[in-house]
This record gives sequence, structure tokens and C-alpha cells, in this order.
Amino acid sequence: MSVDTDKTTTFTEPGVAGMVSDWSSDKQAFDMPWGKLMMWIFLLSDTFIFSIFLTGYMNVRMSATDQWPNPSEVFALTLFGVHLPLILIAIMTFVLITSSGTMAMAVNYAYRGDRRKTAILMGLTALLGASFVGMQAFEWTKLIVEEGIRPWGNPMGAAQFGSTFFMITGFHGLHVTGGVIYLAIVARKVGRGDYEKKGYAIVEIAGLYWHFVDLVWVFIFAFFYLW
Amino acid sequence: MSEAAGQQHPIGIYLKIWILLFVLSTFSYLVDWYQFQGFVRWTLILIFMFLKAGFIVAIFMHLTWERLSLKYVLLLPPLAILVLIALMSIEGDYTNFTRHLFFDR
Repeated sequence: MSVDTDKTTTFTEPGVAGMVSDWSSDKQAFDMPWGKLMMWIFLLSDTFIFSIFLTGYMNVRMSATDQWPNPSEVFALTLFGVHLPLILIAIMTFVLITSSGTMAMAVNYAYRGDRRKTAILMGLTALLGASFVGMQAFEWTKLIVEEGIRPWGNPMGAAQFGSTFFMITGFHGLHVTGGVIYLAIVARKVGRGDYEKKGYAIVEIAGLYWHFVDLVWVFIFAFFYLW
Repeated sequence: MSEAAGQQHPIGIYLKIWILLFVLSTFSYLVDWYQFQGFVRWTLILIFMFLKAGFIVAIFMHLTWERLSLKYVLLLPPLAILVLIALMSIEGDYTNFTRHLFFDR
């Protein structure tokens, strides 16, 4: 923000030519507040962390000689007398997607200057995130207490199931928990009007983080629960 | 100030993408519900996964409206992961093979 860039003349050229001039001119290379760029770079590094976790999971699952436990059955629940495979995971997925939707709208209202709606939508996002963590705690408890799954072994088959499950979903759950705290703090500050002078890019930055958490879940859902 | 022209789009697009993500998630759940197996299962899982991931990054994270500089910075480096996946799947196959060779009853 302290770097003075005349946006109307410096970031107008589209396409590859624009990219070349962004990088070669004697000016700021990216058309955004520094905080947003730093969030993007952080998320890129986090992409690598989760990719490496999932690749490690792929490797141990391919090399395991014991039968891999069937996630469809491991994560099944009986609700109202009906046996439903993967139902809790599906509900968690919908909750997280909904929280992403409310976050996207919070960013929108922030740039329109509607402080009240922004704070309410961010609070709602944090609440949905907290309920996601709650359901995950329930899922972990069920797996540990009722089904006897441990990081070093389980009654259903390949021992690697537990170690990869607890590491990957645990690391993701940690991200969600951190995000809930982050969102709650920013929501409170937005409501108080702390950003009236600075501008509301902070809401978009927090939103990027939150959407990323949702994005990671898409991959975990596909590779760990469905595969 | 640089924040004045932040990402501004009509609210409707977020609602549409939200519904779309709901539908796609339902589809991926149905893959398990109907117990598709083998090649069909993996293909469907990957299609729905990449569609969901694409919509989240492109619309919710506004990457569609960012400049090419940022798009390349974010989308090119993860391609290196493909090399890791290839190497690790070869290695995993090999480990599995030797385990069967030496530890089978």
C-alpha cells in the first residue's frame, strides 16, 4: 500500500503482453495489496504440503499387501434405523461448501461497504466451520473408541489406514480450526469498523484462506473417502 | 488506494456456483451410493473433483479475474507434483511387488 502505483496506466494491458510488462517495468509486479499476494504465496506452499501428504498416502496404499479397509463401510452410520454409507462425510462436505458460499458473499458485501452484513456472514462462516470441526471430532471418537482404529493398526486390514487417516484429516482439521479463529477475529474487527480507513481487502484475504480449506477437502473427500 | 477497486461481482454468481458445488458433491456421493467400481468409479471421482476444485479456485477465489502474472505463479508450480506422483506410484508398485515376493506365506 505504501508503494504508489498508478493503476489506471500500469495494469491495463491484458494477456501475455500485459504479463511481460508487469514483470519488466520498474514497478510493483502484482496488481494487488501485498497481504493478498502473501496469502496466495502461503496457499501455494500449503498446496505442496497437502499434495505431499496425499502422495504419501497413495504410496503406502499401493504398497500395502493387506486389504485396505473399505471407507464406505468404515464411515457408515445408522440414522433412524437406516444404514447410510459415508453419510457424515457427505454432510461435512455440504457444510464446508455452504461456509465457502457465505464467505464469498461476505467478501462481496465487504467491498460494497456493508459492514453489518459482512460481519454477520463471516460469523456464519465461522459457525459452519466450527460445526465441521465438531463433526470431525465425533467421527474421530467413533473411529477410535468403537472401531478400534489406531495410527499403528486396525481390525479391518492394512495398518497404514489409521496413520494416513489421522495425519491427513488431522492436519486439515487444524487448518479449519485456525480458520475459524481467524474469521472470528476479522469478523469482530469488521463489525467494530476497524477497517474503515484501511479498506476491506482483509476480508478477501481471509476468504482466500477459507476457500483453500474447502478446496483441500474436495481432494481429501475424493482420494481418501471415495477412492 | 489500491483496495478501492477490489473484486466486485454480482451476488448471483456466488449463489449459482454454490448450487453447482452442491450438485457436484451430490454426484460424487452417488458414485459411492451406487457402488460404481474400477475404472468408471475412478474416472467419475476425478471428473467431479476437478470440476469442484476448478469452480472454487476460478470463481470463489476470483482467479478468473486476476492478471496472467498471478495465474502462472499459482498454476505452474503445482505441476511439479505430477512428477512426484509418477515417481511415488512406481515406487509403491515396486514395494508391493517385493513384499509379495519375500513375505508371502
